Amino acid sequence: MMMSAENVLFQSFEITGRDFSRAGSVSTKVKEILQEIGINPGIVRRAAIAAYEAEMNVVMYANRGELVLTITPKKIHFKVEDKGPGIEDIEMAMQEGYSTATDEMREMGFGAGMGLPNIKRNADKFEISSTPGSGTRLDIILYLNQAEKK
Amino acid sequence: MTLREIKEILQAEVICGQSRLDEEVKFAGASDLMSDVLAFGQPGILLLTGLSNFQSVRTADIIEAKAIIYVRGKKPDKQGIKIATEKGIPILSTKLMMYKACGLLYSHGIPGVDELQEKK
Repeated sequence: MMMSAENVLFQSFEITGRDFSRAGSVSTKVKEILQEIGINPGIVRRAAIAAYEAEMNVVMYANRGELVLTITPKKIHFKVEDKGPGIEDIEMAMQEGYSTATDEMREMGFGAGMGLPNIKRNADKFEISSTPGSGTRLDIILYLNQAEKK
Repeated sequence: MTLREIKEILQAEVICGQSRLDEEVKFAGASDLMSDVLAFGQPGILLLTGLSNFQSVRTADIIEAKAIIYVRGKKPDKQGIKIATEKGIPILSTKLMMYKACGLLYSHGIPGVDELQEKK
């Protein structure tokens, strides 16, 4: 964990694709960090849900990925980038209920086509870009001062 | 209603979190889909689920659930118990099926999480 003079916290977490045994551990850690800093509990909760869904997506679909957490006095930013199959049709993937999940993923209670919509719902700003055959990048932002939203 | 009363109503077994049975439960929600739980979950929710692997405990922790009830006699795996113990989340297991467990709690006055949102 790094904390610079500008009061910026920056930490990166590796996510291993298809390692279901550790799935969720990164977002649990992220949530603990946000709680320790003393961020508003409602924002911590939304951030934790978004991070958890994003982590599960990497675990379920990608070979490997990384979640980079940046906290400034104004916002929380998760950059979640993976090396994996990417998403062919982002518009479809953003629709609730659309999923390409396998049975193994569904056994874990995921893969119901709710992940990306859940992330969007909990973020103040959400961007997704993907290159099929290469990987996907998510940028999830939550503002600490909710008056600055949008 | 306390978790202890809920334990009696559902004739449930306490898997972990015995010391927190006197805590109050104000509302509940039920699903086997963790993404659904993440979508509707509110802090303090009593989560009823048939998904007994550790992801249900992770999900309960993320949404700040009060406790987890596994239905149809399901028990958590070792990792689930470990996470629940670390995070202080009580886990109960009832032999009742989901429908009856929810019906009993509802008829004893525990509202659903969606009703809580309607009241706001």
